[in-house]
Amino acid sequence: MGGARVLLIEKGPDILSGASKANSAILHTGFDAPPESLELACIQAGHAEYLEIAPRLNLPLLETGALLVAWTESDLDKLDEIVAQAHANGVGDVVRLSAEDIRRREPGLAPTLLGGVSVPREYLIDPWSAPLAYVQQAMAHGTAVLRGAAVTGGAFDGRVWHIETTQGAVSARYMLNCAGLYGDRVEELMLGDASFNIRPRKGQFVVFDKAASRLLNAILLPVPSERTKGIVITRTVFGNLLVGPTAEEQEDRVHADVDTATLEMLVAAAVARIPALGTMPVTALYAGLRPATEQKYYRIRHEPARNWVTVGGIRSTGLSAALGLAQHVFNLWEGGAGLVPPAAVSWPPVPNLSDYAPRDWQADDHGEIVCHCEMVTRREIEASFQSALPPGDFGGLKRRTRACMGRCQGFYCSARLAELTGDRGIGPFGEGLTRDA
Amino acid sequence: MTHEMLGAEYDVVVVGGGTAGLAAAAELRRRDVGRVLVLEREEEAGGIPRHCAHPPFGVREYGRLMTGPSYARLNVARALASGAEIRTGVTAVALKPDGLIALATPHGLAEVRGRRVLLCLGAREMPRSARLIGGSRPRGVINTGALQSAVNLKHIKPFEAPLILGTELVSLSAILTCRHAGIRPVAMIEPAAKPIARWPLTLFPRIAGVPLYLGASLHAIEGESRVRRAVVRLADGHVRYFDCDGILLTGGFTPESAVLRLSNLAIDPGTGGPVTDSFGRCSDASYFAAGNLLRPVETSGWCWREGKRMAALIAEELASGLPDTARMVTVTSANPVRYAVPQRVLAGDSAGTALQLRVSRHCTGTLSASQGGHVLVSRRGDFRPERRILLQLPPGLAASTPIEIALS
Repeated sequence: MGGARVLLIEKGPDILSGASKANSAILHTGFDAPPESLELACIQAGHAEYLEIAPRLNLPLLETGALLVAWTESDLDKLDEIVAQAHANGVGDVVRLSAEDIRRREPGLAPTLLGGVSVPREYLIDPWSAPLAYVQQAMAHGTAVLRGAAVTGGAFDGRVWHIETTQGAVSARYMLNCAGLYGDRVEELMLGDASFNIRPRKGQFVVFDKAASRLLNAILLPVPSERTKGIVITRTVFGNLLVGPTAEEQEDRVHADVDTATLEMLVAAAVARIPALGTMPVTALYAGLRPATEQKYYRIRHEPARNWVTVGGIRSTGLSAALGLAQHVFNLWEGGAGLVPPAAVSWPPVPNLSDYAPRDWQADDHGEIVCHCEMVTRREIEASFQSALPPGDFGGLKRRTRACMGRCQGFYCSARLAELTGDRGIGPFGEGLTRDA
Repeated sequence: MTHEMLGAEYDVVVVGGGTAGLAAAAELRRRDVGRVLVLEREEEAGGIPRHCAHPPFGVREYGRLMTGPSYARLNVARALASGAEIRTGVTAVALKPDGLIALATPHGLAEVRGRRVLLCLGAREMPRSARLIGGSRPRGVINTGALQSAVNLKHIKPFEAPLILGTELVSLSAILTCRHAGIRPVAMIEPAAKPIARWPLTLFPRIAGVPLYLGASLHAIEGESRVRRAVVRLADGHVRYFDCDGILLTGGFTPESAVLRLSNLAIDPGTGGPVTDSFGRCSDASYFAAGNLLRPVETSGWCWREGKRMAALIAEELASGLPDTARMVTVTSANPVRYAVPQRVLAGDSAGTALQLRVSRHCTGTLSASQGGHVLVSRRGDFRPERRILLQLPPGLAASTPIEIALS
């Protein structure tokens, strides 16, 4: 919106192919962020901006609030400190709640809880439609997106960056490194040295079926440890109930495997907190890699002489902080001095995928319900192909429409979806196999 | 958004146009029930047999050997000929009191009311997620249902060389589909020590040239954008890698009961289907259930007869009324008995009720039904998972004392 001509280079077949595809979909307040940190400032700026722009981009917001619950005496001892920290961070509406208060608000929780803290402005959002809306708005203002393009090298000539990619060479005055799990590698490649080392931290998640979402109102947070916010149980805007993530260090930057023992542990942990989950079916599993580094802080590297900024080490809170980080980087570049902002800002809306707002299947003449679990219509699938940034792979189609994301995971609809996606190569069965049997 | 009312009130709305629903619709009409509507969310009625392109279907029902698709077509034709209406592309999204059903149609929202509603939503195989299978999450991990609709309805081949998990009847059906489509399974694995399906069907994988590994479990799936190999733990504890481009998860059925859960009809955690009484009534007595929604899982023939039997009960209910639901006693079952259907039976009944049971693992022992410490019926036997077990309760059950099913 500053008026720059922007090119977005993405290594994966679609946006959100890496760290950003798997998170807990919470819009944080920063109540527990490191005090006086850039992370805290970006979360708070991002939270405010999201609330302002979400209605215009048709992005959902579920104002659930969060409850941080103590289940042990030692947890209970930490609550006052957590409230004090929240207040110091400027989140003044955080308050202590008694065990009775929490049981009244959340009758589904195990009665063994001891007390907790209410964080009223922690909300739920759509983790895939939000970034899609941002990039589509940028595209409406001239941004180009180059997918399947890995950066292979480049140099700064004192005025312009010459960047080589697997899709050809491009040049730009400024370069912004948001390469997530490869942020350090891109620095090495382009600047000759990396200012941090990525240490991937895996998080596994289990998603329970929609009926389970009625067992919980607020986002249920544990008392955090130094290293991680811990295992969260929360509804999703899609009407499910989510439990995760784990925090597992690994070397591998590519594979985010799930494993049965950990998944069973997540289910057991969720059932211990919400006993009625014991009879609820599991709908989906996923895992993601956080681009953590050897320090817990965001790793921002500004090289004014080389027109370079790295936004790295966004190990968590990236969804909440994204808009705030964008403001921060823009300010590093002197608010885009010399650029002419567009006369009128356009707000292209994204399709609503939230179960808490009207969906396309409830509207007239949607053609057909293709995915029965998530109630995805043929019109929604076709609209995603016609959109400014059509899906680049099957994951992209799922994130844009929710097809195959439900309890049957494609038992009923994958054949029909394969037919509808045709030879686009993004169907549920993969490339090269969709031919006559 | 329009809220069209589909016609005036129907006598019976059947939700689900598969085997049980179509058999029920035809039987309701044969018994002179006036207005019968069948709702089907797919573009064609017929249910699962539509994509099982092989025999044996229809032997007991129609006295001839048929393939699934011709059996499905005949069930549709019989229902239509009986005077039942069938609406396809219509999804029931909420089941409200007094038989009022909220619908999604391709044109918009609608509602329909039945004096009674028969739910025949069927069952599906559990996906990889519900089985908590580890590894990466590439494309190519599918169920038999998806394979068969891809191959038989859409002429699409989802993979060339999959590993098959499971040895239920449907697993053998999956091998037939693979052979028909020129797909060559690399192996078939079964976590139990013995195959689930009955001999001589269990000879079938060997005849088809698919190596069978018993006591073998799928430890993890590997692959990036699509499946590359399967990590299998064999019976002797060794790990073996199978190169494959797909994983076919067969069997492990679960009733398609989500709309019931979301509509607050009581669900039995053992079956995953609705709690019903010996007259097929759910916790809201305007709703009845039949077919594989009741429990995982029975053959089409069984579902056909069950649909017919429920139709007779509904016809009786509409004509003269069924016994009061307050006269039912609860049936409970304890591990290793996975479930007993129905979950509520009539006290003081002169006929006695047959309970349908399943066990969760292979065991030998005495199966018994008792009430207040008094053994009603017991039987010694060798019980296997996924095999139908019937237990006949004697007539004249005492009121208000639960019946307990145990295996020791």
